Amino acid sequence: MSALFTIIHRDLLLVMRRKSEVLTALFFFVVVASLFPLGIGADAALLRKIAPGVLWVAALLSTLLGLHRMFAADYQDGALEQLALAPQPMVILVTGKIIAHWIVCGLPLVLLAPLIGIQFDLDTSSLYILMLTLLLGTPVLSLLGSVGAALTLGVRGGSVLMSLLILPLYIPVLIFGAGAVYANSVGLDISGHFSLLGALLILALAFIPWVSAAAVKIAIE
Amino acid sequence: MTDHFSSFSNSSELVLQARGLGCVRGERQLFSNLDLRLVSGKCLHVRGENGVGKTSLLRLLTGLSKPESGEVFWGEQSIATDPLAYHRELLFLGHRDALKEDLSALENLLMYAALDNVMLSDEKVLSALWRFGLRGRENLPVNCLSAGQKRRVLMARMLTRQASLWILDEPFNALDIHAVHELQNLISEHLERGGLVVLTSHQELSLPNLQVLDL
Repeated sequence: MSALFTIIHRDLLLVMRRKSEVLTALFFFVVVASLFPLGIGADAALLRKIAPGVLWVAALLSTLLGLHRMFAADYQDGALEQLALAPQPMVILVTGKIIAHWIVCGLPLVLLAPLIGIQFDLDTSSLYILMLTLLLGTPVLSLLGSVGAALTLGVRGGSVLMSLLILPLYIPVLIFGAGAVYANSVGLDISGHFSLLGALLILALAFIPWVSAAAVKIAIE
Repeated sequence: MTDHFSSFSNSSELVLQARGLGCVRGERQLFSNLDLRLVSGKCLHVRGENGVGKTSLLRLLTGLSKPESGEVFWGEQSIATDPLAYHRELLFLGHRDALKEDLSALENLLMYAALDNVMLSDEKVLSALWRFGLRGRENLPVNCLSAGQKRRVLMARMLTRQASLWILDEPFNALDIHAVHELQNLISEHLERGGLVVLTSHQELSLPNLQVLDL
């Protein structure tokens, strides 16, 4: 267990030493989401309608921006080998890295979303639902992304390949995440959306750390 | 200096063995049917031309890559059966330094100690760094250090890791004459404590209990 916290602490410390990389992803989220109200103009009804989709797509893309960092730097300087040789299960270490990635790239999106949502004239209950869906959905994005990041280690042009691999897998999260906010705004029941998002999260948590750990081991072999 | 690093000799004798190892890289058979046996207090010097498979052999011995044929044994057990127990005893230093550039030497060592389950106080890490001439540089980010100084940080890691088997890939690279001497001393101390060392180097080594393997 202490290994999990060590690796989270290490990754967060590394991020703090090089803040620009993280801030780029966050800034990207803010800018992309803000371009839509500016481009579309003051049609409040239309903005409210597209808000969930736009915010979720922006969240997907900005998560993707930070993904290559999850293993690539450690792979290049040999630290990933050292992690593999540490007397710790690789699954724990990979899980720690996924959690660190979520804290850095997912959690800020959850916190920023209401601020961006105001530009789309979302009401309080929609903002609240948006935050909740992001809270359930962004960990799934980090988990799924870790598989792509691990599989494309050492591949030239890996980040483009990773986007192609991972974006299709993000579709269910996008559908249920954005769908919940939309359903809430038109007064439909949203418990189904949340159940499915929760199920995705549980499934991803149960399987993906093992898949990513296996992929990392293959990459350093 | 060495008082807080326990000796391994009280445990039963440690043996690293490889039986019938074969390694294929791409289309090329690097070596096949390689046997080796190394006991406590011995150092194995792997020699050979560039590209002959020295690094591949070391990686097979660590378990990072799987052999095409044959097996590696630590004691009586194949290293594949309980990799975590084997990794507890193992320190591998590859040709990449694996130090995080944005962290200081001290932070790097403490981080690795935590991951390696080694209980280590700041003072012990600092004294290890000072021993290798890094006094005053322990809090600098590693990217401010020269290549040789980075290798010195790794020497401090070797001292603090408390592993019985050291597998070192070209440990003498980038070191000045003085540091080469210090590293030989460090390896000798490790051997005297009953540790095992496997290393590759293109230099002539003056170490006790040296076995040579020509690939």
